[in-house]
Amino acid sequence: MDFMVFQYPMISVQACLDGILLGILFALIAYGMALQWGVMNIINIAQGDLVILGGYIAYFMYLYGIHPAWGVIVAPIIMYFVGVGLYKLVINKVVDRDLFISILATFGISILFMQLMNFAFGADVVLANSGYGTTFLFDSAVVLPNSKIFSAFISILFAICLVIYMKKSKLGRAIRATAQNARAAKILGVDTEKVYAATFGINAALCGVAGALISITFTIHPYMGLPYTIRSFMIVIVAGLGNLPGVALSGMGLGVFEEFADYILGTEFRIGAVFLLLVLILVYRRFKLSRKREYLK
Amino acid sequence: MKINKIILSFISAIAILLSTSVTSFAKVVGDKIILGSAISLTGKYSSNGVHTQNGYNMAVDRINSMGGVKVGGKTYKFEIIYYDDESNPKRAAQLAERLISQDGVEFMLGPYSSGLTKAIAPVTEKYGVPMVEANGASRSLFTKGYKYLFAVLAPANLYLDVAIETAVELNGGKGVRIAQAFEQDAFSQDVRLGILDAAKRTGSEIIIDDKLPKELNDMAATLVKVKQMKPDVLVVSGHTKGALTAVRQIAEMKVDVPMLAMTHCDAAKLSKQHGKNSQYALCASQWHKTLTYKDDFFKDGMTYAADFTKEFGYDPPYQAAESSAALLVFKDAFERANSFDQKKVRDALAATNMQTFYGNIKFAPGGQNVDKPMVLFQVMCDSAGKCENKVVAPLKWASAKLIHPVPKWSER
Repeated sequence: MDFMVFQYPMISVQACLDGILLGILFALIAYGMALQWGVMNIINIAQGDLVILGGYIAYFMYLYGIHPAWGVIVAPIIMYFVGVGLYKLVINKVVDRDLFISILATFGISILFMQLMNFAFGADVVLANSGYGTTFLFDSAVVLPNSKIFSAFISILFAICLVIYMKKSKLGRAIRATAQNARAAKILGVDTEKVYAATFGINAALCGVAGALISITFTIHPYMGLPYTIRSFMIVIVAGLGNLPGVALSGMGLGVFEEFADYILGTEFRIGAVFLLLVLILVYRRFKLSRKREYLK
Repeated sequence: MKINKIILSFISAIAILLSTSVTSFAKVVGDKIILGSAISLTGKYSSNGVHTQNGYNMAVDRINSMGGVKVGGKTYKFEIIYYDDESNPKRAAQLAERLISQDGVEFMLGPYSSGLTKAIAPVTEKYGVPMVEANGASRSLFTKGYKYLFAVLAPANLYLDVAIETAVELNGGKGVRIAQAFEQDAFSQDVRLGILDAAKRTGSEIIIDDKLPKELNDMAATLVKVKQMKPDVLVVSGHTKGALTAVRQIAEMKVDVPMLAMTHCDAAKLSKQHGKNSQYALCASQWHKTLTYKDDFFKDGMTYAADFTKEFGYDPPYQAAESSAALLVFKDAFERANSFDQKKVRDALAATNMQTFYGNIKFAPGGQNVDKPMVLFQVMCDSAGKCENKVVAPLKWASAKLIHPVPKWSER
């Protein structure tokens, strides 16, 4: 245990800002997960691998001399089609089934993606350099890499666009209708098959954006997807489905929690603390539910 | 009917099994000495696995074309059976079993990485198969009392020892304040133990001691602490990911530290991926092409590097060089043993005392090479942004002078 973070107030500020910027990025991935979980009742274990694939798209653009920031436009377009393709190949066969089947199927996809990426792109850890500078705050006591600010900004931008799209567009309305009641939507003429494909595509596209941002701010590697799946799963569990402000808030909360866990418990327990929090939240939720059940009796 | 089918398939399975074991290899067939190796051609270690394989293959071709191995007045050629271990320790151990008990291999070359070597060593030990390995540096490999394991490389705890010694020397012999961040795997933790030893010996103080989880690609918290505590040396070891993450975030957060010492800069292609931001980083290396060791097969490091580049199209990382050296050691041991008896070859290996282009090789009772110091190189860039690794320590091999302390970011 180390309480340095409280001894120096500026470190707390740094930790909070780092956590919030990181959390916004997580929230974007989680939003995609919440969307397709809500609409299709599928928990996508391959979420993190879609993120990494998006990262590779930005990385290859960088390799060919294009600024990787353009990846936030190119990656979602490519990833949308990857998502739709994945839906047509696998997901449509498990969409009406038990949740467990979908977990197994996407787990399989996750392994397949990892191995394919490893095969195609090699096992090296890579990154894309954006060349963005650094922002100094409070007499340079707090340092924020501009790449992190950029990625938070882009994440918010995409989230806002998506919310507007969901509210205003025809497809957006169809998606929301399907999420509420798939059978009723079908009876009223919504082509749910199309809606599912689009939803999965949009989720993959969001992962693509996040991946491109991660390649700019951190590093990517074919086997690094799982932590992103876990984090987004957790954010969705905390926030609940179809609750976008909740997703954003719990994303930032998780980011800040991670940073403080790092300072207080030590870096080695950072990911462990996330898992512990997940267990606690699941236990708490169950406890709450069982109390509700008793009440109903 | 059904039972008939089952019996039939059972018999045919046995028939297939028998026919394969009849055609299996033996240790020495005709004029060939057959070595076996499980190697990571796919999976997360595949890039370094390929470096290892290229190193082995290059040495096999070279030794064969230069007269082969002379045992009992007869000339033999090397041949290697490879299996892909998929970067998976369990699979590697299975493959070692298969190489030894099915393929009849009696001499082994090591896989890539400490973890996989750790998985294979108990198997080769059980069958008394001598194994020369070039890519498992973890200290725990050499404290288990293995009799048939020989490593041509210096153990992991010596990787960054030189860096601390140098820092203390530059500090006028007084202890320094060390910040360290190590990934939680066998290799990096061994490097950490080495630093702890060095700190104790030199009276240095460790003020930050972070352990990075394998899944983490963010070191910001550690670097904030470094900014606050201002250590004299920052040591980072976390394979390629650690090196790349550290350099990226140090540059982004403008962390000023007089000395930054790391491992795996070579494998991370640090200067290629980060350009000028990687400048002044100190990196531990088993080998560098400018070292002046010599042998009859590859002449010296520069020639080796040129030949390797010609054949494989890229500059040899030290993983390739040490793998080539492993075969030189085997050849030397076979000729001195003048026999293919495993015990005799093992004893000859234990008595190895030779120089190769890669360095001197002499094994301690634990199996590690004690005659080859680690070198430190520093990334140095010219004004055009072209970066090169130059050896700066130990002084005997230095081709450039260490730049210390590292200039502040505000002055770059």
